[in-house]
Amino acid sequence: MAELTADRTKEVMTVNIGPHHPATHGVLRLVVDLEGEVVREVTPVIGYVHTGIEKSCEDKSYWKVIPFIERMDYVSYFFQMEAYCGAVEKLIGLEIPPRAKYLRTIFLELNRIHSHLVWLGTTALDLGAISMLWYCFRERDRILDLFEMATGQRMHTRYFQVGGVIEDIPLGFEKKLAEFVAEMPVRVGQYEALLDNNEVFLQRTKGVGIVPRERLLELGVTGPLLRAAGDPWDLRKAVDHLVYPEMDFKIPVGTVGDNYDRYRVRVAEMIESTRIVEQALAALPDGPHISADRKYVLPPRSELSTSMESLIHHFKLVTEGFRVEPGEIYNAIEGPRGELGCYVLADGSSKPARVHFRDPSFVNLQAFRDMSVDSYVGDMICSLGMLDPILGGVDR
Amino acid sequence: MPDAPGLELIRGEIERDRPGSVLATSFDRGQAALLVDPEQVLDVLSWLRDEPGQRYNFLSSLHAADYLPAEPRFGVHYELLNRDRVERIRVKAMLADPGAEQLPEIDSCVSLFPTAEAQEREAFDFFGIVFRDHPNLTRILMPDDYVGWPQRRDFPLGGEPVTFTYNERRYG
Repeated sequence: MAELTADRTKEVMTVNIGPHHPATHGVLRLVVDLEGEVVREVTPVIGYVHTGIEKSCEDKSYWKVIPFIERMDYVSYFFQMEAYCGAVEKLIGLEIPPRAKYLRTIFLELNRIHSHLVWLGTTALDLGAISMLWYCFRERDRILDLFEMATGQRMHTRYFQVGGVIEDIPLGFEKKLAEFVAEMPVRVGQYEALLDNNEVFLQRTKGVGIVPRERLLELGVTGPLLRAAGDPWDLRKAVDHLVYPEMDFKIPVGTVGDNYDRYRVRVAEMIESTRIVEQALAALPDGPHISADRKYVLPPRSELSTSMESLIHHFKLVTEGFRVEPGEIYNAIEGPRGELGCYVLADGSSKPARVHFRDPSFVNLQAFRDMSVDSYVGDMICSLGMLDPILGGVDR
Repeated sequence: MPDAPGLELIRGEIERDRPGSVLATSFDRGQAALLVDPEQVLDVLSWLRDEPGQRYNFLSSLHAADYLPAEPRFGVHYELLNRDRVERIRVKAMLADPGAEQLPEIDSCVSLFPTAEAQEREAFDFFGIVFRDHPNLTRILMPDDYVGWPQRRDFPLGGEPVTFTYNERRYG
C-alpha cells in the first residue's frame, strides 16, 4: 500500500526513445531517465548503422576508397572526400593545381550550405515549424541540381580525386551557380524572417541547452557548437587550406551558447559560405583541373588511343592503383559540424592499411548529456536537433 | 606543427621532467610525433597539456591502428592540438599483443581529456585495447554480445553473416 500512496511526481521513469524515431535525426537511441517531464539522465546508444566502412577501406586501392568514405557522413560527402584526398595527397606529396583548389572550395562551401539547410529544415520541423522544411529543401534541391550538373550525381558524387577533381565544370555551370549565389542571401533572409519573429521558436530555443565554453572544449566539441559559445575557432581560418586564406569571410560567433545562438551561427555561416562561393567563382583561374602526375592521376580519355604510355598508366592505375610509401598522416579540415579528421596509415602497398575518420558528430554527441540533463523532454529534442548529429558519420 | 628541431627540443624537455618516457621521435611529411612508453603515456600527455610553454590542451582525436606484422603491433594515437599556435603533435604509444586470450592494456586518459571517453571505447571495440580506469569500457558501435575485434588486421574481411534472429528462430 505504501507504494500507492507514494508521491508519484518524484518517480523516475526510464524511457527509450528511438532508434527509429523521427526526432532523433537518424537511428540514434536515447535511454532517458525522466522525473515527470524533466530529464535527469540521458545515455545515447549508437552503432545501429555501423557498416564497417573503415574496415572495408583496407581492402580497396586508394582511389576506390573515395566512394566508401563519402557514405559515412552522408550529408557532407564533399568534406569526407576532401579530408581523405587531402590526407593521401600529403602522404604522396602531390600538389593540386590552382583551378582544382578553387573548384574544391566552391563545392565544399556549397556542401556546407546544403548541410546547414538539411539541418535547419529538419530541426525547425522538430520544433513545429513545418513549412521550414519545404523552404530549406527547395534551396537544397537547387544545390543538388548544381552537383548533378557538374558531377553527374546528386549525392555521393565521387568528384574529388587524389590530385584534383575528376572533371572540369560543364558549360553553363558558372552562370547557374552565379544565379544561385545571387539568390541565396535573399532566401536566408526569408528563413530568418520566418523564424526570428516566431515567438514559439524563440521561447523554445533561447536560454536552452547552454554548455559553458570550457566544458565544450574538454569534451572536444568543435564547429558551430563551439562557435556559438563564443569561441571563434575555425580551421578554415586557422590553417592554410585550399584557397580559404585568399577569401574574405567572417566567423560568426554566439554569445550565450544556447540553442538560439547555435541557430544564429549556422544561418550566418550560410551567408558567409555564399560569399566564399561568390569570390571563388569570380577568381576561378583557368588551367588543368587535376594534377598531371601520371603516377597517381588517370590520363585523359583522349590520350588512350594515341599514346602507349598513357594506356600503360591507365591500366596500372585501374587494375592495381598507385602505391604509397609507408607513413601515416592525420589531416583535419573544418566540416559543417566541426573538425573532420582523417587518419591514413600507408604500408607501402596500393591499399591503405587503415583509414580512420575523426567524425565531428561522434565527438560532439558526448556533449548531449550536458546539454539536456535537467531540462524538459521537449528541450532535449530541440538540443539534439541543434547538435546536428549525422548518424551515418557517428557509426561509420 | 613543431618542426623537426622543435620536436627535439620538446623531447629534451620531457626527458628532463619525465625521464625515460619518450622512446623516439619522428618527423614525417610535416607531422611531428612522439613515440612514448605506454606505461608513462599519461605523464607525457599531462606534461604536454599543462607545461606553460607547450599547452597542447585540446585532444582532437584518439584512435588506434594495427601495424601487423610489426611488433609491437598496436598503436594508440593521441592527436594533440595547441589552438593558440595552431600546432599539432601526435603522441604514439605502441602496445604488444600479449597473445592468447589476453588483451593489450594502457591507461585511460579520460581524467585528462574527457573527450576521449567515446573514442577509447571505439578503440576497445575495434581493436580490443583495454583502457585501464575507463569509466565505462563497453562496446560502442558493435553489438554488446559481439565476439572478436573487427578492425585488427588479422580479422577476416567480409563473411559477416547477416542474422535475422527472429526469423531464424521462427522459420529455422
